[in-house]
Amino acid sequence: MKMQYLSVLLLMSLLPVANLQASQADHVTATHAWIRLLPANLPASGYVMLQNMGTSTAVLVSAHSTTYASVMLHESTTGSGGMSSMNAVGKLAIPAQGKAELAPAGYHLMLEHASHMIKAGDTVGITLDFADGSQLPVQFLVRPANAADPN
Amino acid sequence: MKCSRLLRLVILSFAVAASALLAACNKDAQQPWQLTDISGHMPDLAFRLTDDHGQTVTAADYRGKITLLYFGYTHCPDVCPLTLAHLHVVMQRLGKLADHVRILFVTVDPARDTPAVLHDYVNAFDPRAVGLTGAPADIEALTKRYRAAFTREPGKSDDSYDVSHSSGIYIFDASGKARLLATPADGQDKLTHDLQLLLSSGGAP
Ligand SMILES: [Cu+2]
Repeated sequence: MKMQYLSVLLLMSLLPVANLQASQADHVTATHAWIRLLPANLPASGYVMLQNMGTSTAVLVSAHSTTYASVMLHESTTGSGGMSSMNAVGKLAIPAQGKAELAPAGYHLMLEHASHMIKAGDTVGITLDFADGSQLPVQFLVRPANAADPN
Repeated sequence: MKCSRLLRLVILSFAVAASALLAACNKDAQQPWQLTDISGHMPDLAFRLTDDHGQTVTAADYRGKITLLYFGYTHCPDVCPLTLAHLHVVMQRLGKLADHVRILFVTVDPARDTPAVLHDYVNAFDPRAVGLTGAPADIEALTKRYRAAFTREPGKSDDSYDVSHSSGIYIFDASGKARLLATPADGQDKLTHDLQLLLSSGGAP
């Protein structure tokens, strides 16, 4: 009897916390996910609208994909002198009941070293990693280089 | 007492601001351009570079066309493609008139941007886009001519780095005179409007 009780306790301690309470990824929905494809295996960028339905902030920390060897969270900025530059970003917070947009000329996923030829019309899976270790797999639609951004 | 004086001062300054705003509006009404007019403030288009077919070209080769000069690089996945995609939409909106317009995409990363890379790149956006590369000194001279700038940022390796660069689009008329400056924040409507105006005036001053 006592042995049984102990083993239940042991079993419970082994369960990951994420399974006991809802994770950050559980509260985030991703829409308008697309990739602007560039020719000749040049770095491409991925865009997505993230909405947090939860009551606490969700923090995007990275992303990964089986299709691209390198996926980085980046931000483009244009300074007062009209200088445009790009920087790696460590995290992006999505406020509770709020949204964060990865869109042209702002936050984006920089995608490099595709494992195979990708063409417009394909979908590419990219998994978003959150601060609590939870993950959100998202299907990105591949659009041609000159696609006008959706409004 | 002190309070009402302050109030009068506030009202007065509002009136001054409002009249200044009105004057600005009236000036805008006479000014036909929606983009920034740089006529007489920037030198004529002049360069000697290599196009995306590997041919040596000079500004004279584009006389007779309205040219849109933009500095960028192909390993820029976000802002450069966005700008070129916007310019493609503008070209589509110009319809047949777009035949009289050329987009000149000058790389600020000649080490990686060979004519072949540039060829695939510009053609993914618009058939009227031309990729231009050349000796680093020639490219730097061209950016300086238009007070544009670029800086290579420290990268992970010799072939993985970003380049910060000016984001303006310089518009020249058919005789190579600098006429307008657009920023990425200027929408497609302004660009289309001004290009139509420039085309209808024969592109000449
Ligand atoms: Cu980037």
